[in-house]
Amino acid sequence: MRLSFGDKLFNAINIAVLGVIGCVTIFPLYYVFVVSFTEPAEYLRKTVILFPENWSLASYKYLLSTEAFPKALGVSAFLASVGTLCSLAVTSSLAYALSRKRLRGRRLFLILILFTILFSPGIIPNYLLVRELGLINSIWSVIFVSLSSGWFVILMRGFYDSIPDELEEAAAIDGCNDITAWIRIVLPLSLPALAAFGLFFAVAYWNQYFNALLYLNDADKWPIQVLLQNMLIDASSSSLGDVDPLIQPPPSETLKMAAVVIAIVPILMVYPFLQKHFAKGAMVGSIKG
Amino acid sequence: MIVEGKAALKRKNGTATRLSGSLSLWKSLKKDKYLYLLALPGLLYFLIFKYLPMWGIVIAFQNYSPFLGFGSSEWVGLSHFVRFFSNPDFMILFRNTMAINLLNLCFFFPLPIILSLLLNELRSELYKRTIQSIIYLPHFLSWVIIVSLSFIMLSQSEGIINSLIAYFGFAKIDFLTNPNIFWIILTVQSIWKEAGWGTIIFLAAIAGVNPQLYEASRMDGANRIQQMLHVTLPAIRNVIVILLILRLGDIMEVGFEQVFLMYNGAVSNVAEVFDTYVYRVGIQQGQFSYSTAAGLFKSIVGVALVLLANKLAKKFGEEGVF
Repeated sequence: MRLSFGDKLFNAINIAVLGVIGCVTIFPLYYVFVVSFTEPAEYLRKTVILFPENWSLASYKYLLSTEAFPKALGVSAFLASVGTLCSLAVTSSLAYALSRKRLRGRRLFLILILFTILFSPGIIPNYLLVRELGLINSIWSVIFVSLSSGWFVILMRGFYDSIPDELEEAAAIDGCNDITAWIRIVLPLSLPALAAFGLFFAVAYWNQYFNALLYLNDADKWPIQVLLQNMLIDASSSSLGDVDPLIQPPPSETLKMAAVVIAIVPILMVYPFLQKHFAKGAMVGSIKG
Repeated sequence: MIVEGKAALKRKNGTATRLSGSLSLWKSLKKDKYLYLLALPGLLYFLIFKYLPMWGIVIAFQNYSPFLGFGSSEWVGLSHFVRFFSNPDFMILFRNTMAINLLNLCFFFPLPIILSLLLNELRSELYKRTIQSIIYLPHFLSWVIIVSLSFIMLSQSEGIINSLIAYFGFAKIDFLTNPNIFWIILTVQSIWKEAGWGTIIFLAAIAGVNPQLYEASRMDGANRIQQMLHVTLPAIRNVIVILLILRLGDIMEVGFEQVFLMYNGAVSNVAEVFDTYVYRVGIQQGQFSYSTAAGLFKSIVGVALVLLANKLAKKFGEEGVF
């Protein structure tokens, strides 16, 4: 089919407009990336850097030589791994049980769980609960409060609905009870779905900020997001803790950018896998508003 | 005769179940005990971390003192609510919340629709997927990172934007501390983070449009823009209306972490919203009861609006959320 002049013009403008939007979106990320790798002397000499002449790892070396930064990375990695496993275990077992029609009271349970999406008692009652439980300053507080959510239970239950009861009946004949059937048959069947949910949990744990700020007072228990806030937004000079006095500190700006890049890299690494599972997550996200 | 007998038996069984409901619940608990055991950790989680705090709401009606506890603190009825409503802070919180949300509705809301219409018109699948990958990415970055990036880009001393402004000989702009543009900065951040992600639901709706409609409109001589406006747009009109209504139901919600992180002394008057107020007055100043009352007010109005919006959305023939 031949394109008319108008169609060609439309195509060209459309490609250009979306190209500009793409560039504007990617630019801040590109900028922190290149500046974080710029040699300190070059950064101090120039006003604007769009592409460094001399690449350098100075900012990264310095960050990783500090006491606080690697520790915060460790805390966040702990949250993203252990937290995700706990979340998956609790959410998937509950979702599976709720998907079985023989579970009496499942409608009531579902309504009660839906209600928690709709209504939250607010920051203070949650804080007081964590305090009463003696979890203030414990990293587990961050995991416990975000262990599961109504949305995830509802979504996962939807997935488990497609597993027929006959499968368990067959398992029962082979001598399985519900728990062993779940572990030996249902879980292996749902591995791809669990992986998808796990990715979303892991990103959420890596991005945990406010709960950590609320429940963790000691700076040495901070995850990376709280440390970043302290370094970049509060611009606190002492946030990195003890540093090796032999290393000449790079300019604070390149240091900040290196910190942001390190916090973004894990997200970038899982991003291609996340993309596969967008559709489901997006539907929830859009409903959540 | 046999059929009748069976039916009678069934009826009889029916009454029997109803009469001994608790008994059969016990039986079911016993028979499916492992299934209940599977559900137990999750149910306990919701009970402890979602329902126990609801009990904590009582402190909104008390002068809660951590030493006396929930049980023996003095009851004061609605006085915290009265104090909150008569406090000049209340109007400021309300104004800020509404302003941020209205700006969002006017400038953020239409963007994913426009973006998805444009994306839909791209003929190169590779180019389309590249752009999509780029504009979806910021959705997964935390607000701490988004605000950090904003500081890096916009700071007055070192930010690249101000460096460029100064380079061209103009006066630097105090993007981060100017109360007049604070709401606009918030809107721009939201757009950068979520506008791309917002296209997904519209693209899904557009994917369901019957291709024959485009063919027919071409026969009638419609060009690309006309097709976009008269075929694609009407096809996603329902989704737009539903999302708009649901968005209106969320009008009391402001992205807490975003506002909290962007907050500073210079913009405090335009940056305080309900949730940040609860945090500052409650956690930082220790006025637990008063701030719980403020938070409870916001939650209840929020729930009412969401339910109302959901009812309206259902009227438009779409399935609601609740």
